[in-house]
Amino acid sequence: MKLTNINRQKIIDLLKDDKRLDNRKPFEYRDIEIDTNISINAEGTARVKIGKTEVIVGVKMDTQEPYPDHEDEGTMITGMEFSPMSGDRYENGPPQMDSIEVARVVDRGIRESRFVDWKKLCIKEGEKVWSIMIDIYCINDEGNVMDASAIGAVAALKMARFPKYDKENESVVHGEFTDTPLPLTEHIPFTMTFHKIGNKLLLDPNRNEEDSSEAKLTLSVSQAGKKDKMINSMQKGGIIPITSDEMEKIITEAEKAYDKVFPDIEKKIGKLKR
Amino acid sequence: MTSYAKRIDKRKFDELRPIKAEVGIIPNADGSALFAFGETVAIAAVYGPKPLHPAHMQNPERGIVRCNYNMLPFSVTERAKPGPSRRSKEIGMVSGNALASVIDLERFPGTVIDVEIMILQANASTRCAGINAAAMALAQAGVVMKELVSSVSIGKIDDKIVADVTKAEEDWEDGEGATDIAFTMTSVTKEITHLQLDGRIQTHRFKEAVEAARQACEKIHQYQIRALKGEKIDENK
Repeated sequence: MKLTNINRQKIIDLLKDDKRLDNRKPFEYRDIEIDTNISINAEGTARVKIGKTEVIVGVKMDTQEPYPDHEDEGTMITGMEFSPMSGDRYENGPPQMDSIEVARVVDRGIRESRFVDWKKLCIKEGEKVWSIMIDIYCINDEGNVMDASAIGAVAALKMARFPKYDKENESVVHGEFTDTPLPLTEHIPFTMTFHKIGNKLLLDPNRNEEDSSEAKLTLSVSQAGKKDKMINSMQKGGIIPITSDEMEKIITEAEKAYDKVFPDIEKKIGKLKR
Repeated sequence: MTSYAKRIDKRKFDELRPIKAEVGIIPNADGSALFAFGETVAIAAVYGPKPLHPAHMQNPERGIVRCNYNMLPFSVTERAKPGPSRRSKEIGMVSGNALASVIDLERFPGTVIDVEIMILQANASTRCAGINAAAMALAQAGVVMKELVSSVSIGKIDDKIVADVTKAEEDWEDGEGATDIAFTMTSVTKEITHLQLDGRIQTHRFKEAVEAARQACEKIHQYQIRALKGEKIDENK
């Protein structure tokens, strides 16, 4: 823990001059790599690397009875796990609060942006709808697993194809796929997490920076065409509060980061081939 | 009724599927590796030896190996429920034992070596791919080992002994049906450190299976050594 504290002071000192240990600017992301084809048995998959942080994401589909309050809409569950593989701080065991939070925040970004057209996932109103299951695994944690997970979930959904459906038996033919992509909209959520360290804000923390973070705010932003950018979900973390001025700064920087980072991510996802 | 004259994927009876092998894929780990038999892809990471907590679990005479096998929900056609199952716990245990046999654990009293195995894509022989990846990860981590281990599934499909069994072969029902035998062997002395069998095989034919395993493990050992020397092996390309 002592080592972390030494790094923390250094990180704070550098940030006073808008500098970082790895020479990035405060709101600059590390290199982002996106890949697919992790498992031929999945409807869709993605691998996302942000710097040395790596997550893999799989989408599986099945059918189920709809929820009574959404009888003509498909369903989605999102799970997330920090594998013990991803760093020596992680142990085996039931999902901890950190992974539950990532799963829920990613889930809300997708849901609230209306990225998925839920009504097109209805097979028979009140009886049968498609269910989408997203499983996210972090296999190397060097900070900012939240944003990597969210990008991975979007990419895996983009790559997903419906499984074959046996109309006679009204069931999914597991392991056989159609060429039909999921009904996705142009409201692609881009999730970014701001961290506050010693009264300074930054994006995409590496491991040392994330360990020194006192507060964080995750935002999911989407934009359809040239329309207004919409905030679809937010989550404040940490005990230290965020001031109104900082909140304003976060919104301004989020708009900038969306225009700067997101087009590149969208392009990378667009180039993926199954 | 069809006899198993030719393999479903046209391999020779003793032929492995295209191999992928690579070390150093998880930067945070002390050692890590990927190993694939065709469509079965496993990755493994090693952390340790490190102090074991809680302290009452420590063995003052030797270190212990803690191995976890995790088949990802989307690695199989019908989504597997995330989290540990009876199956994954058992495979983790036998895989850990297969590896511990060759580790010089007396050098590391009171410590634990954590081995994490993840199956990314599954088409049978997942535990064997996992053990192969884990053995490479241990070697890359510099854990002192007497020799390496290599693992392979040997099948008796109808009356034919085959190496590196696929799901389609496991499901073979004609003739004598399918028998699946997972072997892990040490690379030099060819001792058996792991063995599991499901099916029906004549007692007098079992030694053929052992011989097939010896030959297959020797081939796998060569891939492991090449990857440990830094080569990124991908026979699919």
